[in-house]
Amino acid sequence: MIQRFRENRRLQGFLLILPTLFVMVVMLIIPLTLTVVTSFGQRDADGNVIYTFTLENYWRLIGFTEQGWDDLYLRILLRSLWLALQTTVIVIAMAYPLAYFIARAPEKRRNSLLFLVLIPLWTNFIIRIYAWVMILRGQGVLNSALGGVAGLLSIPFQPLDLYPSQGAVLIGMVYEFLPFMILPIYTSLEKIEPSLYEAAADLYANAFRTFWRVTAPLSMPGVVAGTILTFVPVIGTFVVSDILGGRQVILVGNLVQRQFLDARNPPFGSAASIILLLMTLGLTLYYTRRFGLGEEIAAG
Amino acid sequence: MAEYAVELRNVWKRFPGPGNEAVTAVKDVSLKIADGEFFALLGPSGCGKTTSLRMIAGFELPSEGEIFLHGRPMGKTPPYQRPINTVFQSYALFPHMTIGENIAFGLQMKKIDKQETRRRVGEALEMVRLTGYERRRPKQLSGGQQQRIALARALVNRPEVLLLDEPLGALDLKLRKEMQLELKKLQREVGITFIFVTHDQEEALTMSDRIAVMEGGVALQVGNANDIYEHPTCRFVADFIGDTNFLVGTIGVQEPHQARVELAGGVGLWAHTPQPVRQGQPVTVTVRPEKMHIRPTATDVNVLTGRVSDIVYIGTDTHYGVTLSGGQRIRVREQNYSVESRLLAREGEMVNVRFSIEAARVLTE
Repeated sequence: MIQRFRENRRLQGFLLILPTLFVMVVMLIIPLTLTVVTSFGQRDADGNVIYTFTLENYWRLIGFTEQGWDDLYLRILLRSLWLALQTTVIVIAMAYPLAYFIARAPEKRRNSLLFLVLIPLWTNFIIRIYAWVMILRGQGVLNSALGGVAGLLSIPFQPLDLYPSQGAVLIGMVYEFLPFMILPIYTSLEKIEPSLYEAAADLYANAFRTFWRVTAPLSMPGVVAGTILTFVPVIGTFVVSDILGGRQVILVGNLVQRQFLDARNPPFGSAASIILLLMTLGLTLYYTRRFGLGEEIAAG
Repeated sequence: MAEYAVELRNVWKRFPGPGNEAVTAVKDVSLKIADGEFFALLGPSGCGKTTSLRMIAGFELPSEGEIFLHGRPMGKTPPYQRPINTVFQSYALFPHMTIGENIAFGLQMKKIDKQETRRRVGEALEMVRLTGYERRRPKQLSGGQQQRIALARALVNRPEVLLLDEPLGALDLKLRKEMQLELKKLQREVGITFIFVTHDQEEALTMSDRIAVMEGGVALQVGNANDIYEHPTCRFVADFIGDTNFLVGTIGVQEPHQARVELAGGVGLWAHTPQPVRQGQPVTVTVRPEKMHIRPTATDVNVLTGRVSDIVYIGTDTHYGVTLSGGQRIRVREQNYSVESRLLAREGEMVNVRFSIEAARVLTE
């Protein structure tokens, strides 16, 4: 019996993936199926779900309501998409130089620099976002500092109206996801064999051309991975927008949350989350097809 | 002044080491490498050969001294402005580009027009006998093929000088032997000056016109294969190139270009003295094992007696280990000329080891 188990590699493998398989199937597929089913349902007056098949929730989301055209939800979807896009682009622009700097630092110093990147993650996420409230609000750290400087220079100062706003949400997102972009870009930059830079220099490429022809393409796998790690959570967020955007900035995440908790309309909330899922999936697939996860390059 | 393809004039290189101490990798190296020459920098790892090569390429700048390329001082010219190309030890082919793109890279950077680029890439592939590989990726090629692509990628630019950093180090023995001859043939065809770095003395002897033997950052001796093998100027060179015997003794009676060297145990020998020596000076004598004989027909002047301690038969030769009466141990290599070649002595037997005066060479360093 034990002997047979020892020889049965397939059984061993299956047992090893069993816990993960359980989590994936039970914790993902089943709730997802329920969400899909619910999204085609209706809500009765008491907020109970009636399981039928109607596309009404989806029509409403993209603007066709019983009362006529209303782009309220469409705007929320587009706002989420736009914010996620902005966050990702800014995060790439900020993370790349830092990742490059760490990857080119002396080997002994790299780990301590990466350690510094990770330190903010030791503090609870909510606390870090609230810290931004303290910084950005009307009488916050930023305005006091700016006011102080303006006072010294005798310039009239109007406190900046940064919080709550969509800009504050963007700042919070960028702050939150910076480490998740730095790490994968660092990893792919660090993997580039230094002799490739020398080979490019040897073949008449200056630093600028070496970057665009060698460094950038070889670090794309890191940028793609970082983009997925940033874009996907940002597009679905509701906590950051809730705290830093107040009631003004409503994203899909907030919509889903409110439909389930405040409005007691799970079918509509489900439909919104399915739209979010499809949007994310579509964009991610397109992006990875277009730029590639580049395993073969990274392995080369 | 004669113009050399590459000249190193009193070049030093120091690197910041642990603490504040500087590590000197290259010490006062001066070399003159002629146009069209196949030149080897040979030495053990850490001898400064690779640093010297990297300074010629421009990846490192000399701490002192100057490097000239066809008479032009290189100064702080960055690598991408030097008409020099390198074949890297790891080949350093760009993994995200096809073979064709790899080879075209240098031409593109020099803004050569597309048609000309395509033509020259084709020629370069033909030269390394890999026509039709344009669309493959470096990863799909074997080590030997990658090596040839690295060579094509460098030569397609028609550099004034080609540098090769241990170019055959990653290949297996058989392929390495093939590539040695192929490289040499290729160099003759293109007529470009090749400077290559190796720690493999046989490779250096096989391929190069001239060799600089380096050790501890110093170029100890520069010369052709024959010079270096037959006329080493110091103990390190004699030891590093091929096998040799060292006999330690003191100078006795002198004659022009030769001297009597007294060894321990009251024996002595006559040896060639390439440099002046004085009576009583402690010296080392080097004698190559194949120049020593124990066959009874040998008539050479020098005779040392000893006891055979071990015998190794390797087919072409038989090696005899002999312990001399003074206690020093030597190795004698007798070639097995004919099928009937038989052992010339048995273990434990006393033999006479004979060799000529020219075969024994006095080294003072």
